[in-house]
Amino acid sequence: MAAVILSATGISKSFGGLCAVDGVDFALEAGEIHALIGPNGAGKTTFVSLLSGRITPDRGQITLGGEEITRLPAHQRVREGIAYTFQITSIYPGLSVFDNVALAAQAHGAKDLHAAVQAALQRVNMADLAAQQAATLSYGHQRLLEVAMGLALKPRVLILDEPTQGLASGEIAGFVALVRSLVPETTVLLIEHNMDVVMDLAQRITVLNHGQVLARGTATEIRANRAVQAAYLGVEDAEG
Amino acid sequence: MAFGPYLLLALMEGLVKAAVLALTAVGLSLVFGVMRVVNVAHGAFFMLGAVLAYTVAQYIPGPAALGWLAALVIAPMIVAAIAAAADTLVLKRLNYDPEATIVATIGLLYILEQAALSFFGPDARPVEAPFTLRLQLPWFGFSGYKLFVILAAIAILLAVWWFMTRTRAGLVMRATQVDRQTARAFGIDVDRVYAGVFALGAALAAIAAVLLVPISQSHYLMGGDPLLLSFIVVIIGGLGSLRGTVVAALIIGISDGVISMFYSPTLAKIIATAAVAMVLVFRPQGLFGARA
Amino acid sequence: MKSVALHLGVLVLLVVAQFLLPSYHANNLSRILVLAVFAMGYNIAFGYSGLLSLGHALLFAAGMYGAGMLVHHAGTAALLALLIGTLAGGIMATLVGLLALRTAGVSFMIVTLMFAQVGFLTILYFNGVTGGDEGIALTAPERQFIGLDLTQDAPRFWVALVLFVIALAANLALVRSRFGRVMLAMRENEERSRMLGFNPYVVKLQILVISGLFSGAAGAAYALLFGYIGGSFASVQYSILPMLYVLLGGAATVLGPLLGAGLMFYLIDFASGLTSAYLMVVGAALVALVLFAPKGILGTIRERWLPWLP
Repeated sequence: MAAVILSATGISKSFGGLCAVDGVDFALEAGEIHALIGPNGAGKTTFVSLLSGRITPDRGQITLGGEEITRLPAHQRVREGIAYTFQITSIYPGLSVFDNVALAAQAHGAKDLHAAVQAALQRVNMADLAAQQAATLSYGHQRLLEVAMGLALKPRVLILDEPTQGLASGEIAGFVALVRSLVPETTVLLIEHNMDVVMDLAQRITVLNHGQVLARGTATEIRANRAVQAAYLGVEDAEG
Repeated sequence: MAFGPYLLLALMEGLVKAAVLALTAVGLSLVFGVMRVVNVAHGAFFMLGAVLAYTVAQYIPGPAALGWLAALVIAPMIVAAIAAAADTLVLKRLNYDPEATIVATIGLLYILEQAALSFFGPDARPVEAPFTLRLQLPWFGFSGYKLFVILAAIAILLAVWWFMTRTRAGLVMRATQVDRQTARAFGIDVDRVYAGVFALGAALAAIAAVLLVPISQSHYLMGGDPLLLSFIVVIIGGLGSLRGTVVAALIIGISDGVISMFYSPTLAKIIATAAVAMVLVFRPQGLFGARA
Repeated sequence: MKSVALHLGVLVLLVVAQFLLPSYHANNLSRILVLAVFAMGYNIAFGYSGLLSLGHALLFAAGMYGAGMLVHHAGTAALLALLIGTLAGGIMATLVGLLALRTAGVSFMIVTLMFAQVGFLTILYFNGVTGGDEGIALTAPERQFIGLDLTQDAPRFWVALVLFVIALAANLALVRSRFGRVMLAMRENEERSRMLGFNPYVVKLQILVISGLFSGAAGAAYALLFGYIGGSFASVQYSILPMLYVLLGGAATVLGPLLGAGLMFYLIDFASGLTSAYLMVVGAALVALVLFAPKGILGTIRERWLPWLP
């Protein structure tokens, strides 16, 4: 079994009496693609916000590569190697694509900025758009720019929060190939609603429900799990 | 005079200040609460009320009370009309962007001050009090008009409270404050509400000024202090909370009255301003606000 | 390299103007250059980084009083006083920033305004040392700057120009640097910047300190070049003026502060010839700018025609 790179032990967070994340244990293994799924309101976004340091937990412990980071502010966790791409596209609309990625590259301390930016843009097939203003990009390209910024940080762990939301089906196929090409150098934690993407990509899956871990295992195990079917997949099937 | 009576006098003077301040600050608070607009020109509306009060009183013949009463009605109406126009012509077109509106209201402040200087001149002018009753206490005499100012301020504040909580117009304003989009969806004309709130806020400042001028004179630069003190009061009371604003006005007005009677007014202002900046830095919800 | 050529061209124009213009205007030019340095400092905070301060008069006054009181009370050499005044602006910016940067947006504006007000009142309160409202006129011996007599028009212009050139070069270098990109990032999307690993509080503090150094240098130079320090320079109006210059010339452009300062100076000069109501001009300009040209002159030009303009 590979080494654990990012782990959470018994972390909890409530907002005004509502327990959004309730005593979750979680371990991310180096080099895997791990999917985090669960119905709306299950606490997925709160949970990854706790991992990335955007909010601090009420209880519990988070470690990165064996070192405790529970109280480390978000910007320092990024420097330690946890990159987070936003669920709602969050780029610098007024700056060029180059500057957007350059900010990530220079935050990581890249010596040759141009090379680092080009490398990140090439991975998402956007090298020819470097001079364009980010606000004028198509939505799909903005999502990819967001990923390119994450890559330019050269993270140990890349957290992708609903990356395929709003993408056309043609774009999704390319995106799946991109994420698969990131491992094993980078470890990927994927929050995703699109079950095809999850089943296709994830080596392991954790299911959250009401802020607690409902199940974890491989795609096959999760698919066969009765509790998951009841709480989640059944609902999803009914919708789809 | 012994210390006790001296303190009593200071407290009574402070209460007068607090009354005028509460009216002015409630206007500022209302505008911020409903529209989320920081109106830097609020002090200029106050000044305009005072200057117009003098002008109106000049043109009304007969007893002083008649001129003052006319000013109490006419000056706030003119100020309200100017404010409504400023809202429609400028603020609305800025989409109430917080930073742009501050810059614009700074511009408005300069325009109004300059207009007052040009039409009114640089001199401070008194307005005669509507009546001259003197209350003789054992230690000192106190102006009956000042007592009237306190009572009038209480009456007007109660009227504002009644208006905001018991009338349809007040309900519409509060609905707009809670959620502008939903209010629009329910058929509320948000543009008109905003113009009305901005006018009402300015009118309250003008009323406060008309109450004050028989005590203190009108001058084209008199808007600075009320602006600063109103800011202080609104911040300490919690931005947008009317009850907190009134309580804070009492505290600030009375302590300002007492401190400036015993110490240098400049020092009092330095301390008050620094203290309020610290409140904003460390307790942005105000001393009485509970919400984060 | 177009931009280097453009800036050199502007400098040549300034030098030529000094020789061609009659003394009255040449003197105005010195004043505009110093005010432009102040506005550049303001632009670094507001234009590039989105920090809308209403308290920059405090930073200008820190430089002005830092330098002016040293030469007046302690007989310090003018060059040293200028350097210390510059530092005073930076130190004051650090103090204000440490507290004010815990807030954002409207609160930040009000807090900076109040700190500046505290500074202004403090100057009035200690009028024994500061001269209060009346101010202090610096004497000719106090205004000898490394052998140059700053009471004379020509030396005064050259010192102002050199200061402006240094500020312009520093400003250009700053906005083309990696840190310049981070400044824009703060303005565009602070939360994103945090999640790229930048500490917004520290970055904004650094920005404010740089802005304070520019403002302090301008204030110190103003005291030495024009021989007067006074409380009015710490008043709200001197927080509003640099904002006005920047808005008029174009926020986040290197030459915008100079253009804005020059135009506004002559607009006020021209208006006060016609009427005493020059404040009306300032007020109307502010309202017109936010309504019709929020990007200012050079900002609009950059958007429409010259995207390379720094």
